[in-house]
Amino acid sequence: MSRIDLNQHPPFAHSDYKSSLLRGPKKHPLDLSELCANSTIAKAGEFAGCLTNRFPVNEFANDLIRNSQQGGTPLGERIIVSGQVLNQWGKPEPGVLIEIWQANASGRYVHKADKQDAPLDPNFLGVGRCITDTNGYYRFYSIKPGAYPWKNHPNAWRPQHIHFSLIGESIADRLVTQMYFPGDPLLSHDPIFLSVPAGMQERLISTFDIGITEADFALGYHFDIVLAGAKATPTDGKGTI
Amino acid sequence: MKAPTPLTPSQTVGPFFTIGLSQLQNLEPLESPVSNLIAGEGNKISIAGRVFDGNNEAIPDALIEIWQANASGDFIDPNFFGFARSHTNDDPEGRFLFDTIKPGAASEVEAPYVCATVFMRGLLTQVYTRIYFSDEKEANSIDQILNQVPKTRRKSLIAQRNDSNGRILYEFNIHMQGDDETVFFSL
Repeated sequence: MSRIDLNQHPPFAHSDYKSSLLRGPKKHPLDLSELCANSTIAKAGEFAGCLTNRFPVNEFANDLIRNSQQGGTPLGERIIVSGQVLNQWGKPEPGVLIEIWQANASGRYVHKADKQDAPLDPNFLGVGRCITDTNGYYRFYSIKPGAYPWKNHPNAWRPQHIHFSLIGESIADRLVTQMYFPGDPLLSHDPIFLSVPAGMQERLISTFDIGITEADFALGYHFDIVLAGAKATPTDGKGTI
Repeated sequence: MKAPTPLTPSQTVGPFFTIGLSQLQNLEPLESPVSNLIAGEGNKISIAGRVFDGNNEAIPDALIEIWQANASGDFIDPNFFGFARSHTNDDPEGRFLFDTIKPGAASEVEAPYVCATVFMRGLLTQVYTRIYFSDEKEANSIDQILNQVPKTRRKSLIAQRNDSNGRILYEFNIHMQGDDETVFFSL
């Protein structure tokens, strides 16, 4: 039986999201766990993990307010995004590489493909990284990203969001997603957000958290992330570093 | 036993991922810790390819990550790290490109292979595939995973060796849809 229930994720084709129609596979993926179960292979490479704590990350890379300043400070509302990375069995996941990228407060990315008419901010690149601590916690300092228009349909706007990429223990844990903000009226108009199966959508919305908020400095948002992860068994640990 | 918590759902990597997920010029210390190179002992090889959509047009913004064993077939080795990332803007011909070493077979019932994960704008959930090698005919013929893939579709998993200028190069094109749709795996 597959370890990852594809029904928890968006489908490959979501008709309201135009670019999915030519890019999402049409054939059903083959279940590798099942193919392995029908073989004498002990563990497929996809499940052979040792990717945690293998990436060097600069200590201040998690501070997007300061990590790309050019003699000034970035414009916009300062925020803190923090939470815990867990696996589906509830175990905290330490040593996970989290990479984030986002638009600036005006909704503009530092990317040559972003041609919209909104200003760049010379003091904000919108790139951050960190490694989860021994209890799976992470923390980013940033600027609240602006909403921005896109070409999917007439008058289309992306809700405010931060892109997240996580590399856990094995590539079976790999997750690329987007974190949204509570109460954003654009969520109910966004085909990318709405591609997530009903009942799972709120998992992508952070919550405002006064405990994470720092007085006189920045508003705090809480966002926990659940990766597939391996079920702990007595033989785990054998062969890991 | 406690029921597992549902996973955090996937979302597309979008059109702007190169800011966060590729090595940028002159942006120390924000340069990504992930490159398209895998260093280690073994035969040096390159793997390159393009990614095609349902109209058979080359996709210019696909992200590919690979994960592979060392030359002895071990995925877990403190002295070797077989993870790399490239995208289809990494070379002028719109190909992803990896410089790595040829992995060994992980067991007697497997051929050498490289695991690949594919992300792009328009793809809401990542897909997995495998890169086997055209010059491993004998090993491929006994591989217990490859042998379970429908025979007509197996060729989509086999990179074609096509050396150039003394460099060992394997070409591996990925087709997201169509008659030649690449075999993808769910885990």
